[in-house]
Amino acid sequence: MKALEIFGLKKTYANGHEALKGIDLTVEQGDFFALLGPNGAGKSTAIGIICSLVNASGGSIKVFGHDLEQQRNQCKMQIGVVPQEINFNVFENPRNILITQAGYYGIPRAVASTRADEYLKLLDLWDKRNAPAREMSGGMKRRLMIARALVHRPQLLILDEPTAGVDIEIRRSMWTFLEEINRQGTTIILTTHYLEEAESLCRNVAIIDHGEIVEQGAVSELLSRSMVQTFVLDLKVPVTEPPVLEGYTVMRCEHTRLDIEVTVGQNMNGLFQQLAEQNIEVVSLRNKSNRLEEFFLRLVGQKEKEVAA
Amino acid sequence: MTSIAAVNVVAFKTIVVKEIRRFMRIWVQTIVPPAVSALLYMMIFGTLIGSRVGEMDGHRYIDFIVPGIIMMAVITNSYANSVSSFFGAKFQSHIEEVLVAPVHNVVILAGYIIGGVCRGLMVGALVAVVSLFFTRLTIENPLITLLIVVMTSMLFSIGGIINSIFAKGFDDISIIPNFVLTPLTYLGGIFYSIKLLPDFWQGLSMINPVLYMINGFRYGILGTSDFNIVWSFFVIGLFILLLGAIALYLLNKGVGIKR
Repeated sequence: MKALEIFGLKKTYANGHEALKGIDLTVEQGDFFALLGPNGAGKSTAIGIICSLVNASGGSIKVFGHDLEQQRNQCKMQIGVVPQEINFNVFENPRNILITQAGYYGIPRAVASTRADEYLKLLDLWDKRNAPAREMSGGMKRRLMIARALVHRPQLLILDEPTAGVDIEIRRSMWTFLEEINRQGTTIILTTHYLEEAESLCRNVAIIDHGEIVEQGAVSELLSRSMVQTFVLDLKVPVTEPPVLEGYTVMRCEHTRLDIEVTVGQNMNGLFQQLAEQNIEVVSLRNKSNRLEEFFLRLVGQKEKEVAA
Repeated sequence: MTSIAAVNVVAFKTIVVKEIRRFMRIWVQTIVPPAVSALLYMMIFGTLIGSRVGEMDGHRYIDFIVPGIIMMAVITNSYANSVSSFFGAKFQSHIEEVLVAPVHNVVILAGYIIGGVCRGLMVGALVAVVSLFFTRLTIENPLITLLIVVMTSMLFSIGGIINSIFAKGFDDISIIPNFVLTPLTYLGGIFYSIKLLPDFWQGLSMINPVLYMINGFRYGILGTSDFNIVWSFFVIGLFILLLGAIALYLLNKGVGIKR
């Protein structure tokens, strides 16, 4: 079963800006799917159309087999959305925000109250349940939006940068929570600028740029196509000039730090052998950025060049 | 599985409860000030100046103006409720909460209208209670009084929603109340009978829709009107249908609320 099918989706805004140029996308039921792209690529527009907040200019969408245009209400019942910006009534308290949202999906007040309490506890918001939402921290507001999106128990949860501006501890706890609800069967579509988030959570990914899907597939498959990795080497003794390393490219040489590009197929032994021959002692080694980030930057950079050309 | 109709019934109740909670939470801003204004109107125009005015249309002046003052409070508060609530929801983007849900636009519209009606009637009732300090307020035709006040309140709630759909900033939600609603209300016969006006101004007053509301309400309470109150029902009903259709069209098109 497909959770989401998008065919030739287009959006041209009134000012002529073509935000989506006919994208096709499929998300399987139960998937944890990442929709990545630079700012202004069209991610939020696509999400807005799926959630009925933006009118499409062309194309069609199916949610669990229901056509969005013909069976909009059935589609809406299946979708929960966490938007990029805080969009609840900040003067209202979290408990009432959740009960009201449940009411919009036809859930009677008594049931909605029980569910609201359940999600407030699950997302560690119980202590703030009766305080005005404006008094909550940024992380709490994000978690409240997740609770609100889940209160009607949707089968498809769409998260538009849910961890933006959230500290690492809360981000990790949100990851754990999202992984758990995905395990329980909720299909999740995630957009994020933290690519390590996408790499560690998601099984499939689509990269959107300038309103077009430029890459789509399993995260593992895309990573296997990543041709180059950059490693950061911390040295025991500072070097004054970049060492000559045959077959490897030194990207940066700074005091006790060397950034070296290693292409797929090359082994690290040759690198270390050459460094040892030049009496350069390495004390630690790490990836400069995660692999998906590197792949993403190369892909988007390539697209930028094409557009500029 | 719950039917969409059942979902919309619960959603309607939810919007109404949310609206009532909203204006009750800030009752010092929403409920009390109109009562204070009405008290001042009745003291100054009704008692102090009114005693020198004498009778109007066969009634004591204070008795004549009380229905108009109640109606003015109903009109301004019904309008203010829906314009501020709907625009606030747009401004903070929490209108999206209901837009992503399977709620029909008729239900959204009806929910906000009833919210405005509830505030309008609550304020109207409070002003009526205040008026008891100045007049006996016997109601000649309770059914007509109730119908006119509810219909008028509905009409101005719809007006408030349309205003907020087009509003892009807080200035835009004060222009209509200040420059359209207030003059129409004051010139709608709150403080005088249009029979006092010269023929030309009487004719001009007849194109003011608020006149039909105030006169209809006054007929319900005092049993006297400047014209046949069938016109009041006709005019208010016509405007409800017209503005209601416009508001629904705008919501369906997503004007001001969708990108």
